[in-house]
Amino acid sequence: MYLQLFFWPFFNFSIMKKKLYGFVLLCFTSITLFAQGQVTDTVVPKKLNEVIVIGKKTQLYQKQTKPLATVEEYLQQSGKVGMIKRGGYAWEPIINSMATERTLITIDGMRVFGACTDKMDPITSYVEVSNLSEATITSGQLGGCHGATIGGAIDLKRNRSGFINSGWDVSLHSGFESNGNQKIIGSAVNYANNSFYVDTDFMYRDAENYSAGNNQEVLFSQFRKFNISATSGFSFDENKMLEASLIYDKATDVGYPALPMDVSLAEALITSLKFEYVPKSSKIENWETKIYYNTITHIMDDTKRPFVPIHMDMPGWSDTYGFYSKAKGVFKNHHFLVDLNSFYNRSVAEMTMYPSDPNESLMFMFTWPDVRTLYNALFLEDNVILNSQSSLRFSASVANHFNKVADDLGLESLQIFYPNMENSKNRILKSISSNYAYDKNGFQYGFGLAYGERAPSVSEGYGFYLFNSFDRYDYVGNPELRNEKSSEANAFIGYKTKKISTKISSSYFHISNYIVGKPAENLIPMTIGASGIKIYTALDYAIIFNADLNIEYQFDTNFKWSGQLVYSYGQDYKKENLPFISPLRYSSSLLYKLNKFSSEIAVQGNAVQTQYSPFYGEDRTPDYAILNFASSYSFQIDKSKCNVKAGVENVLDTYYSSFSDWNNIPRKGRNFFFNISFGF
Amino acid sequence: MKFQLKNILAVVAIALAFSSCSSDSDTPVVDELAELTKFKEITNTTHTIELYAHMGALEQGHNEISLRIKDKTSGDYVKNATVSWMPLMHMTMMTHSCPKSGVEKVTADGTLYKGNIVFQMPQNATEYWDLKIDYTINGAAYTATSVIDVPASAKQRVTTFTGSDNVKYIVAYVEPHHPKVALNDITIGVYKMESMMSFPVVDNFKVKIDPRMPSMGNHGSPNNVDLTQSTLDKLYHGKLSLTMTGLWKINLQLLNASDVVLKGETITDLVPASSIYFEIEF
Repeated sequence: MYLQLFFWPFFNFSIMKKKLYGFVLLCFTSITLFAQGQVTDTVVPKKLNEVIVIGKKTQLYQKQTKPLATVEEYLQQSGKVGMIKRGGYAWEPIINSMATERTLITIDGMRVFGACTDKMDPITSYVEVSNLSEATITSGQLGGCHGATIGGAIDLKRNRSGFINSGWDVSLHSGFESNGNQKIIGSAVNYANNSFYVDTDFMYRDAENYSAGNNQEVLFSQFRKFNISATSGFSFDENKMLEASLIYDKATDVGYPALPMDVSLAEALITSLKFEYVPKSSKIENWETKIYYNTITHIMDDTKRPFVPIHMDMPGWSDTYGFYSKAKGVFKNHHFLVDLNSFYNRSVAEMTMYPSDPNESLMFMFTWPDVRTLYNALFLEDNVILNSQSSLRFSASVANHFNKVADDLGLESLQIFYPNMENSKNRILKSISSNYAYDKNGFQYGFGLAYGERAPSVSEGYGFYLFNSFDRYDYVGNPELRNEKSSEANAFIGYKTKKISTKISSSYFHISNYIVGKPAENLIPMTIGASGIKIYTALDYAIIFNADLNIEYQFDTNFKWSGQLVYSYGQDYKKENLPFISPLRYSSSLLYKLNKFSSEIAVQGNAVQTQYSPFYGEDRTPDYAILNFASSYSFQIDKSKCNVKAGVENVLDTYYSSFSDWNNIPRKGRNFFFNISFGF
Repeated sequence: MKFQLKNILAVVAIALAFSSCSSDSDTPVVDELAELTKFKEITNTTHTIELYAHMGALEQGHNEISLRIKDKTSGDYVKNATVSWMPLMHMTMMTHSCPKSGVEKVTADGTLYKGNIVFQMPQNATEYWDLKIDYTINGAAYTATSVIDVPASAKQRVTTFTGSDNVKYIVAYVEPHHPKVALNDITIGVYKMESMMSFPVVDNFKVKIDPRMPSMGNHGSPNNVDLTQSTLDKLYHGKLSLTMTGLWKINLQLLNASDVVLKGETITDLVPASSIYFEIEF
């Protein structure tokens, strides 16, 4: 029996329906094996999230139009997810129109925190598609299992073979993209037998500057990165297993054309050790405990820029130690989950400026004053199967969030603004949610109510003169901020037959103590050219509404059409617009499939952004639409499977930028891509 | 046996602990010269006067100077002297003094005497400072004089100017000695020139500060507190906020008791620096 959250996708992507069972089988075979001895329940709880299948090694190629796309490109297929782009690399995911501070991104349940004060290294930039099998996207408090969130969560799930007796499996991937000359090389070597598996993969990307539409080169948009990862599991008893996992990711020479600085190094080591236990004939179905450690180093670099008012170094470090212990069980018609999780994070960032007179002392400050965060939470969830059509889900969590400023220099710096500030602060974060879901003969609907809280992020609480090149203000944290509190309502309705599948879903957030930066009159900014200082403060409240419509229609065995329409709305209590709220956006694609050949033509666009926010540095972004086309063919040479995909994105070479492009940085113009994979 | 031995040991240990405690408190060892470095000895026929300063040297600006008087014959330090001093600048055309405090005993039992002198100008090839120390011990008066080394300070620590009221003022940076990235307590001395030999402290004025970093867009810092005079030490005290290390220019404005600006300008985009300022670098 499966209790995985992904069983009922919120939306239907073109890839979704058919692949779903396949990936369940492929990706959670360990659980499958463990669960074999148990009586299979015919009714499982409906889960209210969305899964994006990223791929599993050789299967990678069958899943996507462009298999070697970046993790970000995969994620933004969801109507819930957007991407803030500062260049060609390391896009920042936004979930339900909310960015990093209000969301939660985990890797197999592990908390990882970026080390960049300017959000140039979201967690998604430290993993590769080859590391992952899927991404689970949950909206609002449904995503509260691994930590406190307001907007929702993305859990990136690692690839693992599981204990299937498949022996050796080797595959090679290579790709090329004409725009930016991106070269991609990857490989995967896996071995699995009944009690042991090891999955390893490697991926390397090297891209030069890309060109926007009309062949306009975007300077400083290059990047280079490599990623290696290994996961190994060992089953030392019929129902116990141990798994160790490691990701090492290193990006160098990454340009951020929308920002005044680039990155010379972004390096992550992400490790974990997991113990999983499946008790025999017990109410507990599965008990999983993991300890993990990750460390990130992020070094900003302005030495390649032709003109800088003052040269500066801005390194940052983030180390996280954590654990979770999660038990899933069934009692009568209750499917419950208990999750105890903790992490300890250390975030440090500094800034050193070099005066033009070399005899002068260096100018040094902590931008993150060695902030330690200790977080302990208990999360409970119960899914009650009411009958074969409907189910109720409840969850509640309580967490202790403790911050401490460990560096005296950093503390005294902040005390310039907050003379009475203590070096530590303790917070209690609560969350509660309930959902009802109904599904009969393809007709489905559901609704839910939830409440959740979050603590200010390190930057919001303790940042010191963090320059935001979007609104051109220096931001100063505020350790006295109260918790942000979100009340949330969500609903969906859908209808699904063999031919057609439709779904509308929406969420409404009323967020009180909404944390934003507010200009502090008569304070002088530090950054040369900045407009002023903004101190993080709380608005009375803000509201955010998102709705999306997904339709899929299977004309016949060969043709399928799918469409997506997303609407978002966000205003504060004074009816001022919030930043990064998407205008109406849409996509439409037609897929043709015949045997081993498939072809897809897609249109994707945004309406004019009329509800922009000048206060946060936004301007009106015009509408755009781009046309994409891709084809693939898979064949067999001897015993190796070969899969070729080729396509062209932005066929008409449109020059455009979207609401979420930092400082209106233009997006890629026409891009031919070619992906090839061999499996042995 | 064993048990007894243990007990005895315990008792002995306790006794030792107590005795060592009490002997500590009987004779507190206070190092008068902690953080002080001797930079000069001035001798006359009877005494050697040792001069100490925190940095082990004098420089242009405000200087805290400590001294001890050693009896040449007995080798003992004199504890009951009454001391005064007179620094003199010997210029080619004239001689003048500078702002200075009295010389006080630091502790009743100690040997150290302390005061401040503000050297408003440095020595040069032809012009020099000397220091005359007058002291009486048990009714007998003595004197000792010597040339002292007062080089120019690397950063501006004192400024001399004529205010809009046509009075000549000397404003000197006193503290912090070791500025930090923090909200620092700042102390400044404000003096006026009554005559070539008299530079009394000015009362009830106000010193406005605006610290800036000229090397980085001339940005400032928040939450500085302008300086007002303390009734205790007669110096001016306020808060100086420094948001990073480096070279800071502390732009000054001197206001009289009626809040009239006597000297110094408000910093604007067009006026990047005040005509009176200090510099600190750390």
